[in-house]
Amino acid sequence: MKVTQISCFIENRPGRLHAACEALASRRINIHTLSLADTAEFGILRLIVAEPDAGKAALDAAGYVTRKTEVLAVEVPDDAGGLASVLAKADTAQLNIEYMYAFSAEVGARAVVIMRFSEPDRAVEALQRAGVNLVAPIALLAKA
Amino acid sequence: MRESWNDQGQGFHPVSAPDYLPTVQLRDLQLRRLKAVVTRAYDNVAPFRERMAERELTPAVIETLADIAKLPFSLKTDLRDNYPFGLFASPMSEIVRLHASSGTTGKPIVVAYTQEDLQVWASVMLRTFASAGVHRGDIVQNAYGYGLFTGGLGAHYGLEAIGATVVPTSGGNTDRQIMLMRDFGVTGICCTPSYFIHLIERAGELGVDLRELPLRVGIFGAEPWSEGMRECIEHGSGIKAFDIYGLSEIIGPGVGSECHEQAGLHIFEDHFYPEIIDPETCQVLPDGEEGELVLTTLSKRAMPMIRYRTRDITHIITEPCSCGRTVRRIARVARRSDDMFIIRGVNVFPSQVETALLAVEGILPHYRIVLTRDHGLDQMGVEVEVSPEVFSDQVSVMEALHKRLSHSIERITGIRAGVRLVEPHSIPRSEGKAKRVWDERTA
Ligand SMILES: [Zn+2]
Repeated sequence: MKVTQISCFIENRPGRLHAACEALASRRINIHTLSLADTAEFGILRLIVAEPDAGKAALDAAGYVTRKTEVLAVEVPDDAGGLASVLAKADTAQLNIEYMYAFSAEVGARAVVIMRFSEPDRAVEALQRAGVNLVAPIALLAKA
Repeated sequence: MRESWNDQGQGFHPVSAPDYLPTVQLRDLQLRRLKAVVTRAYDNVAPFRERMAERELTPAVIETLADIAKLPFSLKTDLRDNYPFGLFASPMSEIVRLHASSGTTGKPIVVAYTQEDLQVWASVMLRTFASAGVHRGDIVQNAYGYGLFTGGLGAHYGLEAIGATVVPTSGGNTDRQIMLMRDFGVTGICCTPSYFIHLIERAGELGVDLRELPLRVGIFGAEPWSEGMRECIEHGSGIKAFDIYGLSEIIGPGVGSECHEQAGLHIFEDHFYPEIIDPETCQVLPDGEEGELVLTTLSKRAMPMIRYRTRDITHIITEPCSCGRTVRRIARVARRSDDMFIIRGVNVFPSQVETALLAVEGILPHYRIVLTRDHGLDQMGVEVEVSPEVFSDQVSVMEALHKRLSHSIERITGIRAGVRLVEPHSIPRSEGKAKRVWDERTA
């Protein structure tokens, strides 16, 4: 139930973010969602793409330093307090969330948040036991 | 001494015999050669004769080896001032080879060799390769630049003399270097250590693991490098990496080299006489003390160099080496007084920054030092390429790395540097000596 995320180091220089996206586009690799965490000096681009291995290879070939990480695509009830209820369950299970970002589109009619846990395997087990719905990578494909 | 037909290819090579001379005989040989070379320079090189005359000296001043301290020094500027042929002690009819340095500004420096000089050069390079364990049957890729630079041809003739198969690739064309290394079953390589690190990196990108190839030994020189770089090379390629020492003004590569102990570089003292001086006072320091290396060519004919100030900082190791060689060793040259830069009144060597980066990352990342001046205040910037080993998807981890690098540099150099993490390959690579410092300060 884990999803493979690619992260990529981006210098804060004009054109670097564009060049990374271009590297993926030139190999026709679809970006499902992305998030850029940036500081004054550099940024870390996080991507969920259709083919993570090919996506990583494309970025590596373009000279970027990249890493694959396992994250969870967590379905969040689409109402006020929806996210809070999921976070409460993670809290109860003492799961440590490193960061999270919203999936850019709805999957089916559901809202999805990408969460990076320090212990992804334990998070899968604990969240499923608590009744949280995790979205399989294949289902993310169907979004468009 | 020549190799006999029935000498085995490995181990002691007969031409290495002078490395094992009893010290009394070695000193006697050095004294006789010193007297002769000083006389030769005095008789044939006008600028040297004038400098001796200013001090009211003649070659007769040399009665013991210690008397060398009475002689004037030679400097790199002497080669520039007497460009191109002003320091030659042989007529052009006896000179069979010229080399020249690129030089960073203005005219290059020119060096010359007679046939005897070339024979000596090949013999000291043979001793260099023998001490690194290269032997007949080895296939050695020589990726030092061929041409005016002494590295390529210097290594070439030493390799042929020892009977190795030379692959004279010269520098550049990294992908082809890797292809030939793999296809030819190359067992040894000569190049600058920074270029070899580039080769390891590029080979990885091409899917070639150097550790799986027959490559066994590397002979690296032409720039200062650190023990950390050696670890990085030996770990990344599975070879044994040897440091060699030399400079064009003296002969080129072949002034000294490490033996299998890898604990300092034996100087081929029967041809090159080493002294260590205090670079400020110019006084000779006793063996064991750190200072600037000064070399005198004891047998050079075309261009004798008397007390040449190398600008390299090192010390003479006093303990005898367990390999049995009697010629003295110098500690590896990690810094040059030329490389030193002064920032806010503090002396900083690039090797200190290197040590600081290694302490944090465990391996040496590509880096460069950029010096700028902001409102009259000198700033030291250090750009560090992010490697796959240290990259994390978490901002906090990267910020912590950034902080540790800054602290480490400040702790070792005493200077607060602006560290910037940059993408891989964003710092220019060189195929010869690595350029580490960009001084963009303008007055
Ligand atoms: Zn030794």
